[in-house]
Amino acid sequence: MSKKILLSHGGGGEETQSLIKELFFKHFENEILLRMEDAANLIMESTNIAFTTDSFTVSPLFFNGGNIGKLAIAGTVNDLCMMGAKPKYLTCSFMIEEGFEYAKLEEIVISMRDEMAKNGVKIVAGDTKVVPKGGVDGLFINTTGIGEIVYKGISAHHLANDDVIIVSHEVGNHGACILATREEIELESDLQTDCASLWKPVEALINAGIKIHALRDATRGGLSAVLNEWAETSKVCIEVDEAKIPVAKEVKGICELLGFEPYEFANEGTMVIALPKEEALKALDVLQHFPETAHATVIGKVTQAFTCKVILHTPWGSERFLEPPKGELLPRIC
Amino acid sequence: MPEVDLIEGFRDPAHMKALAALIKKECKSKINIMEVCGGHTHTIMKFGLSQILPELIDFIHGPGCPVCIMPKERIDHAIALASMPNTILATLGDMIRVPGSKTSLQKLRAEGKEIRSLYSPLDVIKIAQENPDKNVVFFAIGFETTTPMSAVLIQQAIALNLKNIFFHINHVTVPEAVEAIMSSGDALIDAFLGPSHVSVITGYKIYEPIAEKYHTPIVVAGFEPTDVMESVLRIVRQVNAGKSEVENEYARAVSREGNLKAQALINTYFEKRDHFRWRGIGDIPKSALKLKAEYAAYDAEIVFDDVLPKTELNDHKLCICGDILKGRAKPFDCKVFGKACTPTNPMGSCMVSSEGACSAYFKYGKLNLKGARA
Repeated sequence: MSKKILLSHGGGGEETQSLIKELFFKHFENEILLRMEDAANLIMESTNIAFTTDSFTVSPLFFNGGNIGKLAIAGTVNDLCMMGAKPKYLTCSFMIEEGFEYAKLEEIVISMRDEMAKNGVKIVAGDTKVVPKGGVDGLFINTTGIGEIVYKGISAHHLANDDVIIVSHEVGNHGACILATREEIELESDLQTDCASLWKPVEALINAGIKIHALRDATRGGLSAVLNEWAETSKVCIEVDEAKIPVAKEVKGICELLGFEPYEFANEGTMVIALPKEEALKALDVLQHFPETAHATVIGKVTQAFTCKVILHTPWGSERFLEPPKGELLPRIC
Repeated sequence: MPEVDLIEGFRDPAHMKALAALIKKECKSKINIMEVCGGHTHTIMKFGLSQILPELIDFIHGPGCPVCIMPKERIDHAIALASMPNTILATLGDMIRVPGSKTSLQKLRAEGKEIRSLYSPLDVIKIAQENPDKNVVFFAIGFETTTPMSAVLIQQAIALNLKNIFFHINHVTVPEAVEAIMSSGDALIDAFLGPSHVSVITGYKIYEPIAEKYHTPIVVAGFEPTDVMESVLRIVRQVNAGKSEVENEYARAVSREGNLKAQALINTYFEKRDHFRWRGIGDIPKSALKLKAEYAAYDAEIVFDDVLPKTELNDHKLCICGDILKGRAKPFDCKVFGKACTPTNPMGSCMVSSEGACSAYFKYGKLNLKGARA
């Protein structure tokens, strides 16, 4: 029989210690973590700190192109990056359902290790809880991250007239991939999540001296939520050309089939950037050197047409407001 | 066979512009076109089609949204059924969001009742097999498009001898609804875009009596933007030629006779109801289906009759959905549109589902500088 996580693994005793040492320390190994103090002692060079937290409850835990572990690292790392912060340290809490397969947990932990290596971040503190069957759906992970702000002034308040809007990747892949993987839909698709850490491309933009007004990863609520929040916060209008928004063919297909908008689907490694028009070409040039942002493209611009609104232009000359997503995502029936 | 891009192929900008130019050139008189199906309303609004059509073309948004036309008392049926002990209620699409007189299925689910929103009705079989000690009620909705799926589900439930599946049937039919609107005498409709997925099942022959009786051209149209544009062009050409025929633009999926196997299956298990009350329109004779008497043991309306409320419930008196469905008003003409009545808190039928006219205007139509505000 395969090795399982038992309630005793979370009891704080011998079994807990062996789980921590044989699994978490083995893969997350670093000086601060291995000291095993009650709290990590961090020395930060800067006093300008970004600090964020996120909980990951994705179902299914494994999907095409990633798993909950990769997501838990990339998600928090990206939240720090979007503030112009270099991600430094993470904490990590596992909430594991009794009976969870050890091998699966290890696979998830290895994905976390690999994703951290890409960014140079470390897990410096952690916690493990095992709850009785049914208490959680397999595994939930929380990560909290801290980073040093190396580029100041990025804000949803800072969009200015004539700024251009760039998306770094095709939109909607993660949401569509998860939907296709859920067993109640039974869709066969090769579609992969866009799940990726964005620190490398963001660092490159900063190092290239590119002026950035706003930066946000288009997670829940997708592109539509980001653009609407920005328009609202900065009191501007954002006009985008539908034909320029990159959407994978499979994502379009899934949306048509189930009645969704790709612009409302979650992304986990796709950012939206607002910057002055004269910086656009330089930014695209930087982004194309990274696989996760190789297809970055300008999709629109900031105007004053309708304050606090996002306008979508069709390729045949009609237009509509792109409204923020509302309610639960439900499929159309016919 | 060459690969056809089923999405981009029907959204080609050059093709769209060419169709718009032809319609503009050829359209000589005012034409009110009713798109019966909510899917078409969605296409028209989402792709801003009225903005690129001449002002002479006006769309009237028909009653073809199965969630929207469900009267409140039947939503209360769903709520009463879902509230029974040991019961799982399963239904399709955004039915779970629709408020009844007191609550919605969504709210009930949050209170702990078992309510499943399905992608495929056949999932009901699995749910019933996995929960042998519970009653599984399938709240079946939809036009002719979804009726065959309910029929297959009944067939399988019988074949597998599953005694814990029950059906609350709300399947409605298109021709009777169109007839009711046209025969009211005050409908301002010159032509129809025929529903496409309904026609896949029924065939386009079902519209021939309407075209003949009311002298209205009917073009069965696909759901993509170029489908709708081409169908409008065909209507314009019929009007110019003084014709009123049924044409089939959606030839890639629809035939005159339709899906005979599906029709036979429907006829095996269902028969016409004498009457059905449509939200926003009222009572329409022979416009809905019910299970045949021999399947009474599966019929939730019979088996659980004692828990089902019987009072008819009308929409708020400020709601003008009835006028919208007849082409006498547009959503923007309604005093409560977008204010007291929104997709999150709908007061009337057309705001209820994402396919309803008011909901489509709310989501896509606020910038519709031409047409929608006309």
